Amino acid sequence: MPAEPPIDTPKHLFEAYELLASGPTRPIAGGTDVMVAITGELGPIPERMLDLSRIEELRGISLEADGLVLGARTTYTEIRRSALCREHLPALVEAAGTIGAAQIQNRGTLGGNIANASPAGDTLPILLAADARILVGGQRGEREIKALDYFVAYRKTALEPDELILHVRFPLPGGRQLRFRKVGTRRAQAISKVVVALGWQDGPRGWSDVRVALGSVAATPIRAAGTEAVLEGARPTPEVADRAAETLAGELQPIDDVRSTADYRRAVSARVLHRLLRDAGGW
Amino acid sequence: MPTRTLTPGTDVLDRALVVDPGQRVPGRASGFPLRREGPAKLTGAAKYTDDLVFPGAWFGTTIRSSEARATLRAIELDPDVDWSKVVVATAADIPGENIVSSIKDDQPLLVPIGGEIRHVAEPVALLAAPDRETLRRLRGRIRLVTEPLEPVFDPELSDHVFAEYDVKHGDPSAAFAEADLVLEGEYRVGHQEQLYIENNAMIAVPGEDGGIVIHGSMQCPYYVHNALKRALQLTSVQARVIQEETGGGFGGKEEFPSVLALHASLLALKAKRPVRMIYERHEDIVATTKRHPAVVRHRTGFAKDGTLVAQDIEVVMDGGAYCTLTPVVLSRGVLHAGGPYRCPNVRLRGRATRTNTAPNGAFRGFGAPQTEFAAEMQMNRAAELLGISPAEIRRRNVYVLGDTTPTGQLLRESVAGEEVLELALGASLFERVRERTRREAAQRTGSGTIPTGPLRTGNERRATGIGLALAWHGAGFTGSGEVHLASVASVELAAEGRIRVLTANTEMGQGTKTVFPQMVATELGVPVDWVEYAPQDTAEVLDSGPTVASRTVMVVGKLVILAARRLKETIEGRSNGVPFHEAFRDDAREHGATRIDQKFEPYPGVVFDDATYMGDAYPAYGWAAAVATVEVDLDTCEVQVVDVIAVDDVGKVIHPILCEGQVEGGTLQAVGYATIEEMKLDKGRYLNDRLATYLIPTALDAPHIRSILVEAPYSGSPHGAKGVGELPMDVGAPAVVAAIHDATGVWIHDLPATPEKILAARHGERAPAAVGPGKAA
Ligand SMILES: Cc1cc2nc3c(=O)[nH]c(=O)nc-3n(C[C@H](O)[C@H](O)[C@H](O)COP(=O)(O)OP(=O)(O)OC[C@H]3O[C@@H](n4cnc5c(N)ncnc54)[C@H](O)[C@@H]3O)c2cc1C
Repeated sequence: MPAEPPIDTPKHLFEAYELLASGPTRPIAGGTDVMVAITGELGPIPERMLDLSRIEELRGISLEADGLVLGARTTYTEIRRSALCREHLPALVEAAGTIGAAQIQNRGTLGGNIANASPAGDTLPILLAADARILVGGQRGEREIKALDYFVAYRKTALEPDELILHVRFPLPGGRQLRFRKVGTRRAQAISKVVVALGWQDGPRGWSDVRVALGSVAATPIRAAGTEAVLEGARPTPEVADRAAETLAGELQPIDDVRSTADYRRAVSARVLHRLLRDAGGW
Repeated sequence: MPTRTLTPGTDVLDRALVVDPGQRVPGRASGFPLRREGPAKLTGAAKYTDDLVFPGAWFGTTIRSSEARATLRAIELDPDVDWSKVVVATAADIPGENIVSSIKDDQPLLVPIGGEIRHVAEPVALLAAPDRETLRRLRGRIRLVTEPLEPVFDPELSDHVFAEYDVKHGDPSAAFAEADLVLEGEYRVGHQEQLYIENNAMIAVPGEDGGIVIHGSMQCPYYVHNALKRALQLTSVQARVIQEETGGGFGGKEEFPSVLALHASLLALKAKRPVRMIYERHEDIVATTKRHPAVVRHRTGFAKDGTLVAQDIEVVMDGGAYCTLTPVVLSRGVLHAGGPYRCPNVRLRGRATRTNTAPNGAFRGFGAPQTEFAAEMQMNRAAELLGISPAEIRRRNVYVLGDTTPTGQLLRESVAGEEVLELALGASLFERVRERTRREAAQRTGSGTIPTGPLRTGNERRATGIGLALAWHGAGFTGSGEVHLASVASVELAAEGRIRVLTANTEMGQGTKTVFPQMVATELGVPVDWVEYAPQDTAEVLDSGPTVASRTVMVVGKLVILAARRLKETIEGRSNGVPFHEAFRDDAREHGATRIDQKFEPYPGVVFDDATYMGDAYPAYGWAAAVATVEVDLDTCEVQVVDVIAVDDVGKVIHPILCEGQVEGGTLQAVGYATIEEMKLDKGRYLNDRLATYLIPTALDAPHIRSILVEAPYSGSPHGAKGVGELPMDVGAPAVVAAIHDATGVWIHDLPATPEKILAARHGERAPAAVGPGKAA
């Protein structure tokens, strides 16, 4: 084993903020991404590490006036077991159940998925489709980042090196619907080929605030603006579904890689959306 | 011994002895011993190579090429590093021949200066250091100076041929002219990684006598032994090889361990201390052997009623950069290429060539899964075109007693193709389920809800399909292989009264350590616990041949049984008829140790001519049928293999639980081969070179597997056994692909049958590039 970097294990946020401000250090939550990255084989070993596992301020799931709030350290197992999540965010519960397998779900955290910002991160399209807000903080203060503004470029985010993710706020407007579908190579331990999250609000004049968010089809998790426009103000009829699917296939520019092909990703994103619309329309 | 029940019913079934799984009780069931090494593995006490401690041992690593083909000009050590604290070994340090001993002497241990680098990740130099940190730091400070050469990746474009075979039987051209249906097909299969749990691992300990002791993970201690003697110029005594607990092999630890043992030894000799070389997964995937990719082309003639009249089959295998075992893999592939079917007019051609990827080698099935996939695809497609059921076309053509194979072998006994077929059909209710799946497919089409465009979904989300495949698998080594091996196995009554079985055959999870003592105990009439299994240490056991080709129970098992019988006779002779179990302790006290070495004798009446390639290619064949049921997600074309009925005729079931374990494991490995295991390449570099990208089925992906064991004994073995390990690997993939066709209506000709290929086929899009030879992505 290469020499282990020194690890700080603060109990409080302010201590963590100080450590972050005093020089480069790598946060570690569940470690399911970090431990793979720091063996020395795939890149440099961090000089210091910041263990978040004692900071209670990063835990907890609570229902607040402006939405459901999940601490950054919330694990997938906690999400799956949470009555609040099951009631208010069943799509997130579904997504949590597709991540890795039991061991990864026990350790892996929502904050880790967001900070790691892989284009294949399975919860990330849900954040986009739910208009989630990510609260981050450091010695310079705390701020809220809209999910849409968070993913800047391939594995580049709006999070500064001296900041931590503190929690994620999912607004829960009445009647908001969210759907999720992951397509992977196998039934467990699979990195996604395509992730689709669809959000909408049903009203007398059709759907509004439609969000079509996808993972694994671009350098970051993305929203498909053209497709959203097709669905905005519409209803999920067969004609609308066909048009939305075609628009989506037209606006996506996925790539061929070791996991799948551009053609498959484009077609399957569209077909999954078509299915979600068909289910919503009940035809 | 299992009580065997005849499955009542048809005549066909009455010929086979079917072992009723209901007889088994978990644990120590009616005389079947628990796995010897099981408790140590379960409790974590078992010591694998990496668990062994050698005080003062250094760590070794391999400096590898990054190009697929180049001339090595120089190896440059960074002058800013103090190299005196570590050891670097190159080809110049090899005392003997720079050759990894195998079939052809083409593979160097290390590429010499001026020599040719022939694949990415080829070993060029070795480095050992007292700790891993130094190793990691310094490995990047060794630079290879190379001149690139033009690589070849398409085996059909390569002009370097490792092996070629041409088998003719009857008059194919005349027969094609008269056939009612002539069907052509081209099938491609890609690399498959063995993915044993324990990576390759070796520790070399230098001895006082200038020799080397190897401790490592391997299938064939004597292959390693030979390689050491040759390259390091050691005597048989100076080279000693000890197999440690081995976490799986599947063929991946047949020939490759010689390379790693030689590397560790070179460093150990130079460092004058033990050197550990334990691969990490990434290195294991990029550097070690895989299943041979192949292109198989068929031209098949049928009569209207489905009777096979002519086969013309061409097999091209990608050998990779060095020969390793390629000629024998190709040979088995070609000999099995027609499938288990009688055909009066056959031409089989096979060619394996050199390409600039890591050498391919042994993997469960050894060439047969590649060619039998193609044969079964062809059969299933023909059935569809002729409008007869996949079951019926097989009934018409499957070998029966008295048939002759393309090499002119008369099938005199132990032919159970019909039995395994009927059992699989019966247990799966094949025809009934197929009627239903076809009705459902018709409804999907007829209802008008089938999606009209590639971006639309239909009414139905999922479709069920059922598929059938049949195979044969030659038992033991091909042709005169066993005669050349001339194996010897021993049973010994040691001076202290211990009974020991001595063979070089290794335990790698399949049960050698359990079944050999069981077989000897049965012969001697003693409890199985009284029989020890000597360690696989070349200083202790003679060469009973490699642990490969499903030969251990059949071939070496026979030697062990005969040795035990002779030992019993000897002891009972000396004790005036007192039975062995009462006499052996006194005998040992009185006469000291008695050891019986049993040499391999050719199977009576089995003759193969290597020159003409005619005769008895194998002493007997195992027979297998599989029926797979799949569910295909019609939106995404994801395939879930729900259920597999696996029927395998193994000649004689020695240990039902272990035997079933082989069938289940082999079936799952075949399901992975069929559906998701894929090795994409870019300029000779594997892209799926980590566990994150080379995916095999998880527990959730595993189908429900029902194994039905059949016993059609072979008279050449005292117990009748024919081997089990490879048999299930031959049938799984074609059964799954046939089921995918039943569900979706499309034939996938290239393995794996990924959702990408299925979707493209269903909607007439451009199919993704195959991963097989010549189609490197
Ligand atoms: C076998 C396996 C299977 C996996 N399967 C999936 C899958 O199916 N889907 C999927 O999306 N992912 C998968 N992953 C990836 C991983 O499990 C998830 O991304 C997980 O959410 C990471 O959380 P963690 O707490 O383990 O993060 P860590 O590994 O602890 O950290 C990840 C990154 O986030 C940073 N970080 C963590 N917490 C914070 C914080 N509060 N503030 C700022 N930075 C922070 C770390 O510095 C690091 O860069 C898998 C990983 C493995 C090893």
